[in-house]
Amino acid sequence: MRSMAYFPYFVAGWLMVMGAVGIVWSRNLVRAIVCLSVTQSGTYVLLLAIGYQRHAVAPILGAQDENTRPLVDPVVQAMTLTDIVVSAGVTALLLAIAVQVARRHRTTDPDQLSTLTG
Amino acid sequence: MKRLRWLVCWFGICTFGILLIFAIPGLPPVGDVSHPYRDLAVRAAVEHATANTVASVNFDTRAFDTLGEEAIFFTAVLGAIALLRPARHEKDRRLPHSGRVLASTRLAGYVFLGITTVVGWDVVAHGHLTPGGGFQGGIVAGSGLHLAYVAGNYSVLQRIRPLRLLEIGEAAGVVGFIGIGLAGLVCAGSFLTNFVPMGILGGFLSGGTVALLNAVVGLEVGCGVVMLLSRFLEQDLVMT
Amino acid sequence: MADVLMVGALLLTAATGTVTVLTREPRAQLMVLSSFGLVMSLAFLTLQAPDVALSQLAVGSIVVPLMTLLALRVIERHSRESPTKRGKP
Repeated sequence: MRSMAYFPYFVAGWLMVMGAVGIVWSRNLVRAIVCLSVTQSGTYVLLLAIGYQRHAVAPILGAQDENTRPLVDPVVQAMTLTDIVVSAGVTALLLAIAVQVARRHRTTDPDQLSTLTG
Repeated sequence: MKRLRWLVCWFGICTFGILLIFAIPGLPPVGDVSHPYRDLAVRAAVEHATANTVASVNFDTRAFDTLGEEAIFFTAVLGAIALLRPARHEKDRRLPHSGRVLASTRLAGYVFLGITTVVGWDVVAHGHLTPGGGFQGGIVAGSGLHLAYVAGNYSVLQRIRPLRLLEIGEAAGVVGFIGIGLAGLVCAGSFLTNFVPMGILGGFLSGGTVALLNAVVGLEVGCGVVMLLSRFLEQDLVMT
Repeated sequence: MADVLMVGALLLTAATGTVTVLTREPRAQLMVLSSFGLVMSLAFLTLQAPDVALSQLAVGSIVVPLMTLLALRVIERHSRESPTKRGKP
C-alpha cells in the first residue's frame, strides 16, 4: 500500500499535463478553454489529496462524536470549493472573450487570428 | 512556426514532468495522520459552534479570502456580461418561436423547476450544518431556473427572470458581505469577526455570521449565474 | 476497501480527463466534459469531500458545459455568416 501513497499526486500531474497539451493542440478557442478547465481540475485533485487521511470521515461535526473519529482536512477543501466557483466565473469570462473574437474576426482559430489582426 | 510551438510545448512538459517526479516524494504521503491545520480548523469550528467545518473555514477563519474570491466571481460575471452586450446592428431582434414540447417533458420540467429552487435555497440555508452553502446552493437555484426554458419557452423564462432585480440582487450580495464585515468591525473591533451569538453546535441557529454570509453569497452567486446564462442564451436565441 | 474505491475513482478521472482533451468534435467534447465533471465529483466523494463534490457537480457537469455549448453555437453562427470565410484546415 506504500506505493499507493503518492498515486493521487500523479493523477493531478497527469491532468495538468494533458490539459496543457490540449491547449497547445487545440485549433479553436473554445477547445482551449475546455482544456484549461481540465488543467484546473488537476489542482482540485492535488489539494484534496493533501488533505486526505485514511479512515477519516468527511469534515462535518456531528452533535457528539467530534472526538471519536478523525476528520479529513477542511482547510484544503474550503480552498478547492472557492477555486471551483471562481473557475466557473473565469470560464464564463473567457467564453465571452471567445464570442467577441468570433464576432470581430469570424473565426476562433488562433493561427488565423494572428494574420487577421488590425 | 508550428514546429517551434510544439518544441517549446514538449520542452515545457518534459521539464514539468521531471520537476514533478522530484517534487512528489517531498509531499506528505496521501492518507497521512498528521494534519496540523486540520486540528486548528476543527478546534475553531467547535468553538464557534459551526457543524460544517468547511463553512467555518470559508466564512469564519478565512472570511476575508472568501470576500476576495467573491469579488473575483462578481468581476468575472460583470466582464462577461459587458462583453456579451448585443452590438448595434444586432438590435433588430425577434423572439424565437418555440418548438413543440412533449406534455411529459413540460410536466417534468415544471415539477423539477420547483424542486430545484427549493433544494437550492435549502442547501444555502443549511450551509453551516450540512455539506453545501452559498456557493453550491446559489448555482443550483440559479441554473435550475432555466428548466423553465426546457419545459416551456423563452418568454416563460423571461417572465420568471426579472433581470433588473437580479442585477440589484447580485450587487446586494457583495454589499451585504462587506456590510456584515463592517458590522463586525463596529461591534467586535475587527473586520469580518464572528460577532453574532454562536448558539449550540448542530442547532439551526448556530455558527453566528457563517449562516448570514452563506445567505448573501448564495444571493450573489445565484443572481450571477442567472445573468450569465441569460446573456449567453440571448446571444444564441434572440439575435439575428 | 475505501482505498480501492478512491484509486478506482481517480483512475477513472484521469481516463475521462484524457478523453476530454483528445475528443476533437466540439459538441462530443462537451458531453465528455460533462461526464468528466460527474466522475470527478464521485472521486471527491471517495476523498471524503462532500462539499467540494456538490460544488463540482453543479459547476463542472452543469453550468460550465451549458455555457460552453451556448457559446459554441453563437461562435459557429458567426463563423458561418462570414463573407470572408477562409478554408478550414
